[in-house]
Amino acid sequence: MNITKETLELRVVAESIRLVTLQTLAHIGFGHVGGAMSIVETLAVLYGGELKCDPQNPDWDARDRLVMSKGHAGPALYATLSLRGFFPKEMLKELNQGGGRLPSHCDMNKTAGVDMTTGSLGQGISTAIGLALGMRLNKANNYAYLVLGDGECNEGQVWEGAIFAAHNKLGELITFVDWNKQQLDGYTKDIMDMGNVEEKFRAFGWHCQTVAGHEPEKIKAAIIEAKGVKDAPSVIILDTIKGYGCSFAQGVEANHHMNFTKEQMEEAIDIQVKRLEAAKTSAKEGKGE
Amino acid sequence: MFTVNESFDKTPKMMREIYCETLTELAQENRNIVVLDADLVSSSGMKPFFKQFPDRAINCGVAEANMIGIAAGLSAMGKIPFAHSFGCFASRRVCDQIMISAAYAQQNVRIIGTDPGVTAAYNGGTHMPFEDMGVLRSIPHITLIELTDTVMLADIIKQLEKLYGVYYLRMARKNVVSVYREGSTFEIGRGNVLKDGRDVSIIASGIMIGEALKAADMLRSEDISAKVVDMFTWKPIDAEIIEYCAATTGALVTAENHNVIGGLGSAVAEALVQTHPVPIEMIGVKDRFGQVGTEDFLREEYNLTAAAIVAAAKRAISRKK
Repeated sequence: MNITKETLELRVVAESIRLVTLQTLAHIGFGHVGGAMSIVETLAVLYGGELKCDPQNPDWDARDRLVMSKGHAGPALYATLSLRGFFPKEMLKELNQGGGRLPSHCDMNKTAGVDMTTGSLGQGISTAIGLALGMRLNKANNYAYLVLGDGECNEGQVWEGAIFAAHNKLGELITFVDWNKQQLDGYTKDIMDMGNVEEKFRAFGWHCQTVAGHEPEKIKAAIIEAKGVKDAPSVIILDTIKGYGCSFAQGVEANHHMNFTKEQMEEAIDIQVKRLEAAKTSAKEGKGE
Repeated sequence: MFTVNESFDKTPKMMREIYCETLTELAQENRNIVVLDADLVSSSGMKPFFKQFPDRAINCGVAEANMIGIAAGLSAMGKIPFAHSFGCFASRRVCDQIMISAAYAQQNVRIIGTDPGVTAAYNGGTHMPFEDMGVLRSIPHITLIELTDTVMLADIIKQLEKLYGVYYLRMARKNVVSVYREGSTFEIGRGNVLKDGRDVSIIASGIMIGEALKAADMLRSEDISAKVVDMFTWKPIDAEIIEYCAATTGALVTAENHNVIGGLGSAVAEALVQTHPVPIEMIGVKDRFGQVGTEDFLREEYNLTAAAIVAAAKRAISRKK
């Protein structure tokens, strides 16, 4: 795949989201670090252009919708929405503050730009299907995007939804599975091995792709392909690393919800600032790594 | 405003027929009405609706949790979803989906749970909801209604076209005792005094209203004057009418086709102790599971009869200070 200027810019967006996510978590000293880090590149591609939205008008009828079913990735979504202009960066300090607008799990009634309330795992696929059916009934030219965790796929409701979406040829639904291979209690292969998730979705009748989940250009290409599939729901399995890019989280088994020291986070932010600078330099010079 | 029939025969039509007719009528005018079912379209009587509005009638298969979530998502797109199943599968099986996807997310969803309590008859213990209202009653802001007859059913469904929120309607599917005259209208959250009385108040719901009215007649023959209230809204409970009943009669009996734990008896008692405590006796299922049998057999088995209400009324009166 060619490294285009756009690709390089998407990498800058991703590294910006990762930095702001870390800064957001830094305010409170703990949080769902692992699953926030692994979904950053996908958010960069969606809010970097693939998902139709208007930050000045978050409730715009003609927007696409995102259901962050793995609702614990809220901090990454909040960082993304803030960078996209849905609300000021200052508001990110409200993460998990009593009375604040940024709860640990996504809440559509509290946060501008959040399209569905999530957090009870497995439920997002059904609400996303409802959104997609609503788009179909309204004859709207939109997509419902859904992000599932790989651990979340343990939930039976995911597969109820998978059957329904295929039966109803729900091309309006584009699903991502954040295949970061870890769940709260450890590695998915040890806790509840889902086997080949792509083959499972394929057996259910979905259009399936697996892509490198930390390479924005590959995610983008997969979304463009998925948009062209009108007679089946699409799933894009994101081959990711839980905690990716965060020095104290990546490679750690218990990185779902973490406490971290000020020093650990400062170090992680320092590294991330350098990654962002490097991405910006590449984008400016117009060349890849 | 409502008016009560002079005699209490069975409704000429089944509840499910009126449900289908009313929704069909509304859906002709309102394109946002969407119906969801979970492989019980034949039972819910909604085949005509599915035929007339195939794009707005969604059979979710045997997957109730998914159905409730889809209803919530449709609501977020401005639709007005009505989702139905047997009461047990429309409540306890989908409690978390109703709680989070619908209620906590502040969506606009109507859920119809059919075959309440002993009306599930031959389907037996697995399908006999004595707990549906109790399971849902602790969900904030949900409205719980047990539909009394076809007149109320049609009026409430029409009201729900305009209202917003999560509503659970407990509904018998077949013919029920006809309590209200055609043209009656109902205020959600307000109990209806069907019969006035001085000595005891019977606060009833669903199929127990017919029994309560019979019990009031039986009590009158013994010179006991019983007030009968149709408490069709279980949540929010009408605390004002409970206080009024307590103040004017000094003793209460609740009567429900449901477990008294978490049910109407609990809801009335909770309101009563905070306003005007008086003796209260509860007729209802006493912490038991369902089983197979005819509805008549089951009414006797669980003590859901006019005779049981009469005995309870006398106990309540005897406990007055």
